[in-house]
Amino acid sequence: METITTNPSYKLELSSSPHIHSRWSTKHAMWFVVSALLPSVISAVIFFGIYQLIVIGVSVLFSIITEAAIKKIRKKEITVTDGSAVITGLLLGLVLPPNFSLSATALGAIFSIAVGKEIFGGLGYNIFNPALVGRAFLQAAYPVSMTTWKNPNYAVDTVTSATPLSAFKFDKIFTQTENLFLGNVSGSIGETSAIAILIGGIFLVAIGIVNYRIPLSIILGVVIFGGIFWIIDPYKYPSPLFQLLAGGFLFGTFFMATDWVTSPITSKGMWIYGFCISLIIIMIRLFGGLPEGVMYAILIMNSVVPLINRYTRSRIFGERR
Amino acid sequence: MLTLNKSKSFRGGIHPKEYKSLTENLPFEIMPAPKQVIVPLTQHLGAPAKQIVKKGSEVKAGEIIAEMNGFVSSTIHAPVSGKVTKINVSANVSGFPKDAIVIDANDSNEVVTMQPLDSEKISAGEIRERVKHAGIVGQGGAAFPTYVKLTPPNDKKIDVVILNGCECEPYLTRDYRFMIERTDDVITGLKLIMKALGVKKGAIGIEDNKPEAIEKLKLAAKNYPAMEIVSLKTKYPQGAEKMLIKAVTGKEVPPGKLPFDVGAVIQNIGTAVAIYDAVVKGEPQLSAALTVSGSGINQPKNLIVKIGTPLRNILDFCGGVKDSALKVVVGGPMMGVAQYDFSAPVIKATSGILVLSEEEINKHEQTPCLRCGICVETCPLNLLPTRISRLSQLERFEEAENLGMAVCMECGTCAYTCPANIPLVQWIRLGKQKVMALQKERESVNA
Repeated sequence: METITTNPSYKLELSSSPHIHSRWSTKHAMWFVVSALLPSVISAVIFFGIYQLIVIGVSVLFSIITEAAIKKIRKKEITVTDGSAVITGLLLGLVLPPNFSLSATALGAIFSIAVGKEIFGGLGYNIFNPALVGRAFLQAAYPVSMTTWKNPNYAVDTVTSATPLSAFKFDKIFTQTENLFLGNVSGSIGETSAIAILIGGIFLVAIGIVNYRIPLSIILGVVIFGGIFWIIDPYKYPSPLFQLLAGGFLFGTFFMATDWVTSPITSKGMWIYGFCISLIIIMIRLFGGLPEGVMYAILIMNSVVPLINRYTRSRIFGERR
Repeated sequence: MLTLNKSKSFRGGIHPKEYKSLTENLPFEIMPAPKQVIVPLTQHLGAPAKQIVKKGSEVKAGEIIAEMNGFVSSTIHAPVSGKVTKINVSANVSGFPKDAIVIDANDSNEVVTMQPLDSEKISAGEIRERVKHAGIVGQGGAAFPTYVKLTPPNDKKIDVVILNGCECEPYLTRDYRFMIERTDDVITGLKLIMKALGVKKGAIGIEDNKPEAIEKLKLAAKNYPAMEIVSLKTKYPQGAEKMLIKAVTGKEVPPGKLPFDVGAVIQNIGTAVAIYDAVVKGEPQLSAALTVSGSGINQPKNLIVKIGTPLRNILDFCGGVKDSALKVVVGGPMMGVAQYDFSAPVIKATSGILVLSEEEINKHEQTPCLRCGICVETCPLNLLPTRISRLSQLERFEEAENLGMAVCMECGTCAYTCPANIPLVQWIRLGKQKVMALQKERESVNA
């Protein structure tokens, strides 16, 4: 019998240890994130109608096409099967207002991938969260459609279609907590349902793709900073619970701020990053001109991540405390 | 009854699939001596031993064939009786061919042993002498001469001896079998080490995936209040010296320092058994105990084999290799060495031979670093593997050193977990070697 011990031409692998690897791969992780976003896609359809699926589809499609085209032009390997372009497309689609124009969606997706990611060299090299880059672009290019809201399908209050945050900010109208929790309020299609986001988000934390420190520090920060103002004047400032459930907070916390590439790698860094995001969110929401500040808070903190990583090296095992 | 899990541990680490069930319930089998043994002069950390036989010499099993060459070195005995036919460079499990004495075995069963000694009455000096003459080296993998470890510098005060029964590498079950089959000898071995070092406290650290071993040792140690059996969390690399000391004593060995510096000496379970054999039975280290496992071998086994037995003979003894075999590793899958030449012989510290196939290796495509931080999260030494590895790759060694490259113990945790499948520890290893070479060069220029 010929085996590796008798036949010198038998193919054997040689490499330096370790010789085994965990089942995790980039692809693996990316597709898990995609599956964690599905509850939010479902909530978008339930509350805002089947048309939203087309918006999300266009966003995903153009993200993939853009990435493939740029890789082709740059004569690099086409890597769309790693799932990262799908994630960007999903994230962008889910943070758009209901019934958003398809051409503008496509433009946003192209911008996300081209300027948000590929311009830096592709996956792993970008500084800003690509989906948020796309959304910021659309906010600047289509300021009116980006803030035109539609009542959800099961709306109780048919008079106003303002988002809970702007209703509070400009008219001092409170939204019922259970509607915020379920998602039966107006807002970006994937951002309104807290329960859908929590299902996906907690799943990602549980399997270890999302490091708990980032969502925890942002939530704690909002409770603390938001709570301070609420205690000072509960009529003027909303409660921490409202801060947590309204607007794009939970979606941004679990799916945007936790993006591997654009968040810190050190544990201390993650806490700093999270607290700073929450502080900026509260400042914009309470004192800024805009009702919502999650997007800018995350983009601003993305820009200082390399700096945070550099200055938050942990104590090496055995070094003096 | 519900009990709280009180197992001690360290920060970071990973949980690779264990595969221990392949061999954990198989008692040691003694493999017959091969017709020819190849005995390398370097089976330990330190200077190669000096041969004292010539081509054509007749040797008896147990007879010294190479002597210690300096303080950090080891004595080597003939594992079988026979005739020295060659002394030349031969394949070695380290991957680098080394000088070896080749002996053609005859049929004689005669073994030259030393005078058995009473483990109760023996003095510290006698134990050290015996360990030195028996040529015992650490069985944990690094093969550091045990005699040297039992002779700490005078200015270091040692207060605890910890036996390493973690066996945190997947597949390996050698230490487990020792703890099950030779429970009392392990305890006596620890007592001998404690005596040699003049230490009052002893401990055995065992991962909690070996409850039977923990129970048996607790029972055997119950008359020795100075000995503690410590249950540790099952987590790789729990058996690394620094991690074990941290879990058992709570102390951290500072970067660049040794266990001596925090008053601890670590010995492997296998080493304790070897010391017992040398003292109580008078046997020098002539054989190695090892686990042969992996999905690519037909009959996984725990074996006792003569030192110098070629890998080929052992693989054939275990029913041969399956077609699915992709990699043959000596040692554990996390830190072992991949083999390319099956004439390489087993040496004193060989703890396992693994035949791995595709499904266990789990190869993925490499992608750019996603900065997920999982390597940082799992690094037991709290380093920044992704950063150090990148700096090493870019040959920016000074920056890599500033981030603690030299502290890395190359446990492989980072490369194992990296979802981008970047060879993190491999780049770091290369960097460390290049830095060492540069330092040597500089020294030789200055001299």
